[in-house]
Amino acid sequence: MAARWPAARRLSRRPLPHGKEGILLSQTTIAQPGREIAVRRTPRSRKIALWCWLFVAPNLIFFAMFQGWPIIVNWYYSMLDWSGISSDAKFIGLGNFKELIADPYFWNAYKNSFLFMLGAVPLLLVLGLLAAVVLNNPLLKLAKMYRTLFFIPVVTTASVVGIIMVYIWGSEGAVNYALMKLNLLDQPVNWLGDPHWAMFTVILIYVWKNLGMNMIYWLAGLQSIPRELYEAAKVDGSTPAKTFVHITVPLIVPVGLVITLLNVSGALKVFDMIKTMTDGGPFFATDVVSTYIYRFAFSSEIGLPRLGYASAAGIFFAFTIVLIAVLQAVIRKMIGSAGRGRGA
Amino acid sequence: MRVVPKVFVHAALLLLSFVWIYPFLWMVSASFKTQTEFFEKGLSLLPESWDTSNFARAWTNGKFESYFLNSVIVTVTVIVIVLIITSACGYALGRYSFKGKGVILAVLGASIFVPLEFSIIPVFQLIKDMGLMNSLGGIILAESGGGHVLFVLLFASFFRQVPKELEEAATMDGCGFVRTYLSVILPLSKPIIGSVVIMQFIWTWNSFLLPLVLTLSSPELRTLAVGLYALRGENIVDWTGIAAGGTIALAPIIVIFLFLQRYFVDGMSGAVKG
Repeated sequence: MAARWPAARRLSRRPLPHGKEGILLSQTTIAQPGREIAVRRTPRSRKIALWCWLFVAPNLIFFAMFQGWPIIVNWYYSMLDWSGISSDAKFIGLGNFKELIADPYFWNAYKNSFLFMLGAVPLLLVLGLLAAVVLNNPLLKLAKMYRTLFFIPVVTTASVVGIIMVYIWGSEGAVNYALMKLNLLDQPVNWLGDPHWAMFTVILIYVWKNLGMNMIYWLAGLQSIPRELYEAAKVDGSTPAKTFVHITVPLIVPVGLVITLLNVSGALKVFDMIKTMTDGGPFFATDVVSTYIYRFAFSSEIGLPRLGYASAAGIFFAFTIVLIAVLQAVIRKMIGSAGRGRGA
Repeated sequence: MRVVPKVFVHAALLLLSFVWIYPFLWMVSASFKTQTEFFEKGLSLLPESWDTSNFARAWTNGKFESYFLNSVIVTVTVIVIVLIITSACGYALGRYSFKGKGVILAVLGASIFVPLEFSIIPVFQLIKDMGLMNSLGGIILAESGGGHVLFVLLFASFFRQVPKELEEAATMDGCGFVRTYLSVILPLSKPIIGSVVIMQFIWTWNSFLLPLVLTLSSPELRTLAVGLYALRGENIVDWTGIAAGGTIALAPIIVIFLFLQRYFVDGMSGAVKG
């Protein structure tokens, strides 16, 4: 008990309603009338409503400028043949999209983004849960210290870590040294420079960097399970393994879905580490959509920047992500209603 | 744990912890080695020479002095801006019901699903059109951008739980809307302020893509993350210098995290649990 992090302890007092997750949950509670002060139509209250708007305005302006406006204008940009100088922008309709769909390098980057996500997310979820279960044990001494150590990579700068990893996974680095000492390798492998190994290595390093985050998410979920349930299970003679399968797992599934979504969107957006470790190489083996976009929009290696084309790539990819999100929501709803139908 | 003796559990966990933070240990030790020592014993974790010339080289020749200053200026300013705008927004949304509140909540809520990363081109263009391309102001503005939904919700749900009587008492004493907020309500939210400060600190300090594209034509404005990337591009073999640069970039964030980790974990758990 003493080793628990205060955050999780405070959270654990709040029960988690089924079917409502994360941020959406708190949003609904704020929207509900109740504790807040209702503003009625009197001169004084009109003044208060004005103040409310003044208080909300700055955040809304920052939101509109850097999140709302980009979404709208991106569509327009994606239909331009444009190098970044306003005067030579030429409207070409869907031309960029046509070119995009015909470009094998785009599909390679597209495939790699999903490959990266499919490799990293399951590892993060399973290993994160494992770490959380081990370190949630109240009898384990030093649990707090281990948690802190496992968490350190999360707070460090991804681009800096990427540069350091180039040496550590390079032919003279510690990874090759250790593997050769253990007789698992005859000669050093250039992990990030070999097209066969680069993607695998990048995924492993990404998992290392983000595992601590997943551990904290899972810990928050685990500590929201009422202690009495475990005590009841113990009284009934349940083994730790059985308790885990029948009590822990069903109760953390709702949190698990939120964690999965956070991981999926994080992995599909990966840029910093890939840019600094491999820059999409070797031979485009780790080229993902974000590095593809960067190359066309900002890099000087392919001549003039092509901002319109890069915008089209971004929209195309973002659109698939939204499509997947909608699809999984629909499927989840179908499974949910089917399950309820059987239950009744 | 009953089956496995505790000693083995701890031995395994300690070994794993060591492997886990090895890259940082290597980085710090390499930054204290001379080039010759690094060439002969690149992997040892205890430098024999304790040579500080790598830091001096990175600091002056590698321009890490100005990168460091840029990082500090950008990070501190962004934290202040974000703190002001999100706490004010959270106060109005959490405490009052007013016309248009539903729409604001819906818009902010929907923005969670928008991948911000792909808005880099419009943001780049916006900063350029505002004439802020060659100033730290542009980086600061872009870094403060976004809906900050998590922070707004953290503040809003905290302010909601403050007893109404506190506000009424303040009004009786003649406090207006702003005074009530500044001197009665805001001081109560220290834990939330702590979470917001450390989370925003980590995000801004670590930010790479935005400062990278906004400093493409003005290298003197680079932040540490971008500066190290540039240093590596120029001196691909100077690993002790790169390690020293990395240590300069990472030491502040690791130290601050170790001291304030409680607030960070509080805030991040909030992302999952609401």
